[in-house]
Amino acid sequence: MTFTQTLLNGEQGAFKPASLTPMQKMILRFVVVGLVYYGFAVIEGMIMRLYEVGPLPTVTDKQFFAIMTAHPLVGIFGSTYSIVFGAFLFLVPFLMKKPLWSLRLANATCALLGVGTFVFWFAGFLTHYAPLYTLYWPLPADFTQFSVWGGTFFILGIALVMLGAVFFVINIFKTITYTPAGTSGPGAGALLASALGLSGLRALFSRGKKEHLVSLPVAAIARGTVDVAFNAGIILFTGVLILVYMVAALLGHDLRRTAIDALLYKNWFWWGLDLVADGLVLIFVAGTWYLLATMITGKKLFMENWARAALFVELVVSWTVWSHHLMSDQAQPAILKTVSGEMVTAFELITQGLAFFITLVTLWSARPLKMTHPLRFLLGGLLGFALAVPAGIMQADLGLNRILHNTQWIIGPHVHVAVLVGLTMTLYSVVYLLFPIVTNGAKLYSDKLAVFHFWAHLVGGIGMGAFMGMAGLQGMLRRALYTNGEFSGLMILAALSGSLLLFGFLAFFYNIVMSIGLKGVVGIFTPSRVKTAEPVAAV
Amino acid sequence: MVDSTTVLWGQTLAYTFYVLAIIAVMGWFARRVTREGPSVVRPAFFYAFVGLLVALGVTLHLVTYFTIPWKEMDMHRASITPDKVFEIGVADHTFQLPAEKLQIACHDKVLFNVSSKDLTYGFGLFRPDHSMVFQMQVVPGHRNDILWQFDRPGTYSIRSTEYSGPAGVGMIVKDAVVVSCPGH
Repeated sequence: MTFTQTLLNGEQGAFKPASLTPMQKMILRFVVVGLVYYGFAVIEGMIMRLYEVGPLPTVTDKQFFAIMTAHPLVGIFGSTYSIVFGAFLFLVPFLMKKPLWSLRLANATCALLGVGTFVFWFAGFLTHYAPLYTLYWPLPADFTQFSVWGGTFFILGIALVMLGAVFFVINIFKTITYTPAGTSGPGAGALLASALGLSGLRALFSRGKKEHLVSLPVAAIARGTVDVAFNAGIILFTGVLILVYMVAALLGHDLRRTAIDALLYKNWFWWGLDLVADGLVLIFVAGTWYLLATMITGKKLFMENWARAALFVELVVSWTVWSHHLMSDQAQPAILKTVSGEMVTAFELITQGLAFFITLVTLWSARPLKMTHPLRFLLGGLLGFALAVPAGIMQADLGLNRILHNTQWIIGPHVHVAVLVGLTMTLYSVVYLLFPIVTNGAKLYSDKLAVFHFWAHLVGGIGMGAFMGMAGLQGMLRRALYTNGEFSGLMILAALSGSLLLFGFLAFFYNIVMSIGLKGVVGIFTPSRVKTAEPVAAV
Repeated sequence: MVDSTTVLWGQTLAYTFYVLAIIAVMGWFARRVTREGPSVVRPAFFYAFVGLLVALGVTLHLVTYFTIPWKEMDMHRASITPDKVFEIGVADHTFQLPAEKLQIACHDKVLFNVSSKDLTYGFGLFRPDHSMVFQMQVVPGHRNDILWQFDRPGTYSIRSTEYSGPAGVGMIVKDAVVVSCPGH
C-alpha cells in the first residue's frame, strides 16, 4: 500500500469501522477524546517547561498561570477520565458477560467530558482565569485579579465534566447489579457486596472457600467508582459555592468572602481532591495492573484475597489521607497532621506496594513471557509508581514537609512521575492490549514506533521528574516564576526531557492514525450498523 | 546542629540510591521474565515483603522525629517560650514587616507570627543561593506561627511560598532576616 492509501484506510486496510459494535465505537470515541486532550496537556506542559527556562515573547505571566490552571484539569478530566471511563464502561460488561446498562448514558458521558473540558479550557484561554486547581479560598472569588465571566464559564465547564462523572458512576453500578431480562442472577445486594469487597473481607478470615461473584478487576473498578462519586459531589458543591459569589458579582453585589473559613474550605476541598489523587487513581491503577497481569499471562492472580483486601483498605485510606496536603498549615490540628498526614499516608506505601508485588509475581509465574507492547508498558507503569509513591511518603513527613512543601520536588518526582510514568504508561498498556479487541483485529502500523514511544516516554518522564526534583531540593518553588535564570540549567534539562515525552506522543499518535486510517477515525463517530448489545460481535 | 542543607543532602543521597536500585531491579525483572526458569514464589516471601513495607512506613517518621531538630520543636511550639517574636502582616500581595531588617541572635528561639488580611499566602526563608530554610502556609483568619532556632550567621530573604494569583509573583523581600553570631 502507498503512504496515502495507508493514511486514508489504515494499515493493510484491516480496520473496518462498519464492523464495529456500538460498544466498540463507544470506547473508541472515549479514547479519541482522551488522546486529543492528552495532546493539549503535553503542549501546555511544554510551554510551561520552556517558560520556566526563560521568558517567551508570546506568553505573559497571566497566560502562564492560566495554562498552569488548565493543564492538570485537562490532563486528568479531559484525558485520563475519558480513557479510563471508556475502558471501564467497555470492560465491566465484557468481564461480567452482560450488556452495559445504558449505552446512551455512556455516550452522553463521553460528550460531557469532551464538551466540559473544552468549555473550561477555552474560558481559561480567553480570560486567563487562573486560581489553579487547588482554588484556595478566597482566590477563586478574587475578582480584582480574575474575570467574573471567565470564572463562571470555567466553573460551568468543570460542572459538565462532573455531570459526566455522575453518569459514569450510575452506569457502572447499575451494570454490576442489574440482572438482564430473561436471565437469573444472585441479586443486586450480593453483587454489590462482592464488588465493594465486603465478601472478600469475610473470605480472608473464613476457612471455607467461596467463589467471588464479581471478578477482581470489576471489584477494583467498583471501589474506585465510589471515590469518583464522592469527588464529583465535592467538586460540584464547591463549584456551586464559587458560582454564588460570581453570580452575585455579576449582579453588582460583593459578598463577604470571610463568610467562608479558608482553612475549613481547604480541608473540605483537599478531602475531595484526594479522592482522585490518593483514591480512585491508585485503586483503578491497582485493578488495571491485576487485569493486565492476568490477561497477559492467562494465569490466576497471586494472593487474590490479599489483593481484594488491599483494595478495600485503599478505599478507606483514600477517605482519611487528605491532611498530608495541610502539613504546612500551622492552624491545622496536630492530631490530623500526624494521624491522617503521616500515618494513614504511610499505608499507601503498603497498599500500593502489595499491588506492585502481586502484579510482578503474577507475571513471574508465567515465565517465559514474550516482551509485547502491553507487557513493556505495564512494567514502565509499575516502575513509575515504585518511584513516585516513596517520594510522596517522604514529603508526607512533618520534618521533611517543612522544606519540601510547594517545591518542584512535589510536582516533579511525585506528581509527574506518578501521572506520566505510572498512570499513563499503565493506560498505554491497556490501549495496546485492547487495540486488537476493540478494532476487530486492526493491525498496528509500526512496532518500531511503539518501541520508540515506550523509551521516549519512560526516559522523558523519569528525566523530567528527576530534574524538577533536583531543582526542588535546591529550593525552587512550584507555582512560581524565576526570571533571573536561578534554576535555568536544571530547567533546560527538564525541558529536554519534556520534549522526549512530546516526541513519544507524536510517534504514538502517528502510529495509531496510520493503523486505523483517517477514514477509520471518521468512522468511529458514525452510528454503528451492527445490531447487538454485546461488547464484541460474535464471530 | 542539623539544618535544612544537611537534611536535603541526606534525602538526595537516600532517594538517588533507591531510584538506581529500583530501576536496576525492574531492568533485571524485565530481562528474566522473558526467559525460562523457576517461576514459583512462596507466600513467605510475600509476607516478608509486607513486613518490610510496614517497617519502612513506621521507621521513616521515627527517624525524622529523632534526627530533624525542627520537627519536635514545631509539634511542641505552643509550650515553648520564644526568645523573640516577630509579628508580620500580609495584605495586597505585600509583606508588612515590623522592621526593615529582622535582627536575630544566634541560638535564640524566634517565633514568626504571620497573618493575612485577604488571600492565602506562604511564608518562607531562603538563603542567597535560593535554597530553602523553612516555609509555612499563611491562611487568612487563622494563626500562622513558626518557631525556629538559628545556629549560624546568615542573611535570608523572605518569599511567599504559595500562589496567590499572578499579582503574587514578586512577593520577595530581599535580605530581610539577619542572623548574627558572636565570634563570627
